[in-house]
Amino acid sequence: MSEASAPARKPAKGKYELDERLKAYQGVWVFVEHEQGEVHPVSWELLGEGRKLADTLGVELCGVVLGAPGLRTRRFCDEAFFHGADACYLVEDPVLANYRNEPFTKGLTELVNTYQPEILLLGATTQGRDLAGSVATTLQTGLTADCTELRIDPDNRSLAASRPTFGGSLLCTILTLNYRPQMATVRPRVMAMPDRDAARSGRIIEHALHLLETDIVTKVLDYIPDARQDKPQLPFADVIVAGGRGMKKPENFQLIRDLAAVLGGEVGASRPVVQAGWVELDRQVGQSGKTVRPKLYIAAGISGAVQHRVGMEGSDVIIAINTDPNAPIFDFATYGIVGNAMTILPALTEVFRQELALAKIAV
Amino acid sequence: MHIVVCIKQVPDSAQIRVHPVTNTIMRQGVPAIVNPYDLFSLEEALRLKDRFGGRVTVLTMGPPQAEAALRKCVSFGADEAILVTDRAFAGADTLATSYALAAAIRKIGENEAVDLVFCGKQTIDGDTAQVGPGIAKRLELQLLTYVSQVDDLDLAQRAIRVQRRAEGGVQVLQTTLPCLITMLEGTNEMRFASMDNMFRAARAEVRVWNREQAGIEDVARIGLKGSPTVVSKVFAPKAKEQKAEMIETESDQPRDIALTVVGKLFTQHAKLRGGLAKKLA
Repeated sequence: MSEASAPARKPAKGKYELDERLKAYQGVWVFVEHEQGEVHPVSWELLGEGRKLADTLGVELCGVVLGAPGLRTRRFCDEAFFHGADACYLVEDPVLANYRNEPFTKGLTELVNTYQPEILLLGATTQGRDLAGSVATTLQTGLTADCTELRIDPDNRSLAASRPTFGGSLLCTILTLNYRPQMATVRPRVMAMPDRDAARSGRIIEHALHLLETDIVTKVLDYIPDARQDKPQLPFADVIVAGGRGMKKPENFQLIRDLAAVLGGEVGASRPVVQAGWVELDRQVGQSGKTVRPKLYIAAGISGAVQHRVGMEGSDVIIAINTDPNAPIFDFATYGIVGNAMTILPALTEVFRQELALAKIAV
Repeated sequence: MHIVVCIKQVPDSAQIRVHPVTNTIMRQGVPAIVNPYDLFSLEEALRLKDRFGGRVTVLTMGPPQAEAALRKCVSFGADEAILVTDRAFAGADTLATSYALAAAIRKIGENEAVDLVFCGKQTIDGDTAQVGPGIAKRLELQLLTYVSQVDDLDLAQRAIRVQRRAEGGVQVLQTTLPCLITMLEGTNEMRFASMDNMFRAARAEVRVWNREQAGIEDVARIGLKGSPTVVSKVFAPKAKEQKAEMIETESDQPRDIALTVVGKLFTQHAKLRGGLAKKLA
């Protein structure tokens, strides 16, 4: 039922010859996702990653923008150029004003069938996953979800998409050999945000969809924006102090909260303590929680299983505290402390408080 | 009203262990459970049945032992259980899986038309969230993913209104039956199995369909053959060239350890110190 349960099937070694009709598929596409007039940052992150893939293949990188007619939709194309796209496919149609599965599936499917890209990337968001699963089924092609690494296989020029498997304890690489396009989704913050270069420009390829509102069954009656303030914003936090099972009991999370408060950061947690109900789901870091890229990540009592690692290894600096000197987290942290988090965390809180008080005077 | 709920039996991922030397999965003793996300969909289906009447059929594709997961669902209140199992399904990726399940749902619908299909948001072992959308496309059902609430169902008008989780907000969507829904986690709480239902589950006859009985003729579309994706390798993440710099201090005093690591942090990453101070100032 999933890639994970499929037995490893070795593709033929060495050069791989693609079917003649599939050779026509060229170029790397990124679906530019937007909601309520704002592009989701994951689309720009994907353009950054797509740029590398396109350069390796020697092909064009294209954005795909579907939206209501108007300047705002066109501006999304400019932004796509600023973030690395060479060209942009643009479908402007009133039926695309709000995301809905049916018209977006039709639009994206039609673009793929008309212009034939070899790779199509989407964000692993509620919109991207809804759309990707529908489009891949309609096109009868392969789709790899929640990739943490995308590369071009040098043997056969196909997309090698890696993702955690078996409950996040190992990684696997998935290929889509004799089908095009090769589709993949990537979660927000997994890939680095590329630099924005407002001097870049590109080609817009307009495509008309000819859909009638009366042909579309599902209607959007309303959109209720989230009240933002009360939700933790882990993916964009500069500092995260996270705790795991090694914190022993929920009351000890106060030590994590104290340190996070001194650093002006957010509290994070590993999967086991969220499952145990110590910390709310919004604070879970890892493959099944949030992916984060803070400047400083402090992990206390977290062993560093793959499923946690893929959610935080993009952090600039990682300080790990664990009683077990062989904990996997020491394989990829910046600084490692073998010791008891319950005594080291309060000491860190105190030292950071003093240091930052001094630094503040200097500012 | 007839509701089909697709479920999957999965290994309890919290209990999967990897052999530290060989990097292989240690499968022994890992208990099998109903995919936790599926239970939110099953509970929603049962609530609709409570309100509007009708029947709930649970469907799974998997090995013969997946029957246990179906019985579990019957103990919560599902009326009927169907297991689609055949060696020909082995190695199916999400595209091949949605093909087989869609065929089975079509077959179920031959006896009694299906008004609603529920799937879990995703599974905890594959985590792809692709099978639900796949089934919807194949059966040409309206697709409602990440539903947090079913607001209204009008069987006479064949209309349904739901709240759907979107990025940064909630969409209120109106569509017509038949449709396919995947429920967001945490939106309801699975009921306790009643004593009656537990007895019923123990005695229930799980219908077992092989490939032909599920109405699948084209063997090229199922199992390994029908799967465009290929797992080329499974591996442990490679160690970084540089492992963590371990903090060594003469005393074991927490304060010395803290002073050492903060000192290193702020000298080796001077910008971080300034950034933090500025943010707090």
